[in-house]
Amino acid sequence: MALASDIAIDVKGLTKSFDGRVVVRDLSMQVKRGSIYGFLGPNGSGKTTTIRMLCGLLTPDSGEGTCLGYNIRTEADQIKNHVGYMTQKFSLYQDLSVRENLEFVARIYGLDAPPKAAREMIERLGLRGREEQLAAQLSGGWKQRLALGACTLPSPQLLLLDEPTAGVDPKARREFWNEIHALANDGLTVLVSTHYMDEAERCHEIAYIAYGELLTRGTVDQVIEQSKLITYNVSGDDLQKLLHALDGKPGVDMVAPFGTSLHVSGRDEKKLEAAIKPYRADKKFVWTRSEPSLEDVFIELMNRSKDNFQ
Amino acid sequence: MSLIDAIRQPGFWRRVRAMLTKEFIQLRRDRVSFAMIVMIPVMQLILFGFAINTTPRNLPTAVLLQETSDVGRTILSAIERTGYFKITHRLTSAEEFDRVLASGRVLFAIEIPAGFERALRRGDMPALLVAADATDPVASGTALGSLNRIVQLALINERMLPERTQPLFEIRQHARYNPAGVSSLNIVPGLVGTILTMTMLIFTALSVTREVERGTMESLLSMPISPLEIMVGKIIPYIIVGFTQAALIIGFGVLLFGVPILGSLFLLALLSTLFIATNLSIGYSFSTVAQNQLQAIQMTFMFFLPNILLSGFMFPFAGMPGWAQWIGEALPLTHYLRIVRSIMLKGSGFTELQYEVLALFVLMMVAMTIAVTRFRRTLD
Repeated sequence: MALASDIAIDVKGLTKSFDGRVVVRDLSMQVKRGSIYGFLGPNGSGKTTTIRMLCGLLTPDSGEGTCLGYNIRTEADQIKNHVGYMTQKFSLYQDLSVRENLEFVARIYGLDAPPKAAREMIERLGLRGREEQLAAQLSGGWKQRLALGACTLPSPQLLLLDEPTAGVDPKARREFWNEIHALANDGLTVLVSTHYMDEAERCHEIAYIAYGELLTRGTVDQVIEQSKLITYNVSGDDLQKLLHALDGKPGVDMVAPFGTSLHVSGRDEKKLEAAIKPYRADKKFVWTRSEPSLEDVFIELMNRSKDNFQ
Repeated sequence: MSLIDAIRQPGFWRRVRAMLTKEFIQLRRDRVSFAMIVMIPVMQLILFGFAINTTPRNLPTAVLLQETSDVGRTILSAIERTGYFKITHRLTSAEEFDRVLASGRVLFAIEIPAGFERALRRGDMPALLVAADATDPVASGTALGSLNRIVQLALINERMLPERTQPLFEIRQHARYNPAGVSSLNIVPGLVGTILTMTMLIFTALSVTREVERGTMESLLSMPISPLEIMVGKIIPYIIVGFTQAALIIGFGVLLFGVPILGSLFLLALLSTLFIATNLSIGYSFSTVAQNQLQAIQMTFMFFLPNILLSGFMFPFAGMPGWAQWIGEALPLTHYLRIVRSIMLKGSGFTELQYEVLALFVLMMVAMTIAVTRFRRTLD
C-alpha cells in the first residue's frame, strides 16, 4: 500500500447513472503520482463520465474518493485549482485567437503576468507565428496542442486528458505523447483515456473499462498476464474458412484476423487444444503459440463482460 | 456564502475582468451582433419616429353649422388656419355627423350649435362640440390640443369680443372609439425602453446557452471561476453596449424629433444603466434555465411581448384592468417608461422616481439570484 501522498487519485465505488441507465458502476481506482495512467475502453464505456466525476464536473450517485487529496464531492473548488482537464471535444473559444485563449486561461487562474505566460506557452507549443490565428482556423493537431497547452498553463499537478488524440494523424499523435512523457518526467500525474492500443503501451499503468465497469488494471504486462489467455498465431492460406470453422467452438473464446495471420485465443488451455486439434494437422496452416496482444485481451474481456450484462 | 463574501474572494475582480475581456473580444468578432447594436436603435427610431411622429397636418374634418353667423365663420377659418384641420365635409344633420365620423372619411367632426353667438355675447359659455376619431390618438391628440386657444384668440381679435378671465366658451371633446391617447413625444422615450429591453435580453439570454452549445462551458466549469464571476463578467460588457444604444436613441431623438430633456441628463444616464443591468440580469437568468439557444430566444420573446403591451408603451397604463396593471408592475419596462418620460418630458428628479428605482432594483436582484442559483456548476 503506497503512502497517501504518493497517490494522486484514489476513488472507491463510484457509480453514476443518467435517466436510470447505469453509466459507471462501482468503479475503484488508484493512480500514483507522477505516472501516466491509461484509461481504456470502447466508446460509451463510461470513461468520460469517470473523468468528469474526478474533476468535480459530475457528482457521483454513490462512492467517494479523493483527487490530489481533495474530496471529489466537497472540495471541487480546490481540485479545479490543481487539475488541468482537456475535454474530448475542443472546448476553447473558437472565436478567440491562440494568444487570447491562453491569456484568458492565465487570467482565470491568476497567473502573475498573463501575456508573458501565454507567450512562453506559445513558444513551448511551437505555435509561434500562429498566435494571432483564431482557434477555429487551426488544424486538428494544432488544436490538440493548444488545448494541452491551455490546461498545462496554470501548472496543474494532475492532467485529465479525455481522448486527446482522437482524429489526430500519427505524427501529431507521437509528438503529443512525447509531450505527455516530458510532463510526467517533471512530476505531473497524467490520466489519459484512449482507445488506441499502441497508446496504452506508452502508459505506465492501464485500466480497462467496458459497460461502466472496470475490468482489469495494472501494467501492460500484468494485464496480459492476468488475462490467462492462451493465444495461437496461425498463418497460411484460406484463413477466412478457418475463422468460420473455429468461431464459437467450445474452448475458443476469441478468433480474429490480424493482417495475414489469425489470432486464436482461449482461457482454458485443454479445451482450446482440443478445439484446434483437427486443424493443427492441416499442412496449410502454421501454428505458433504466442503472447496475446493487449487488443486480444481487451476484446476477450469485453466479450465476456457483455455476456455478463446481457 | 453571501454576496459580500463572494465578492471578497481573492481574485474576484481579476476573474471578472478575464471574463469580460473575453466577452468583448468575442463581441467584436461577431459582426452581426455588432451591427445589431448600432442598427437596431437607429433603424427603429427612424422608422417609428418618422412614420408615427410626424406632426399630422390637414386632417379631414366635417362641420355641422346649426346657425349661420359671423362667429361661426370666424371659428371655422381659425380652425382651418391652424393647419391641422382641413374642412372636407359640410354637414346638415346630426345623423350625418355620426355617419361621416364612423365611416372614417373624417378624423374630426365639429358642431356649432344654434344660438352659439348669442350665448357667447351673453357670456353663457356655450359649448362647441368637437368629436374626434381617436382610433389614431397620435393624430387627433395634437390637433385637439391646439384647438381651444386658437379659437379663443380668433374670436377676441376678430369679433371684438371682450377678453374675460373666464373662457368665452367651452370645447366639449368627444374622443371616440379609443378614449386613451398617446402623445407623439412619448414615442421616443418609449422607444429607448423597448429597444433596450429587446437587445439586452437577447444578448445575455444567448450568452450561457451559447457556451453550453459550443462545448466551451465544460472547460469553463473545470476552471476555478464562480457563477457570480461568470455572470458579472458577462453582464458588464453589455451594460456598455446598452449605454451606447441608449445614447444613440436619445441623441437621435433630440436631433431629429426635437424631443426635450427637461430633467437631469446625469440622472437619466444613471437610471438607464440600472434599467439596462436589470434587463441583462433577466436575460442572463433565462440563459441559465434554457436548454439551448432556441429556447432562450423563445423565452425572451415571451417576456418581451407583455413588456410591450402591458408597460404603457402601447396602451396607457392607467387604462388597463387591475390584474394587467399588476403584471405590468412586475415588468422593468413599465418602471423605466415612467422614469424616462418623467425625466425627459416633465423634468422630474430622483425623489419623484424613488418607487420606480426601487422596483427596478428589486427586479434586478431577483433575476440575479435566480441566475446564480440556477447556474449549473456541474454537468449533471
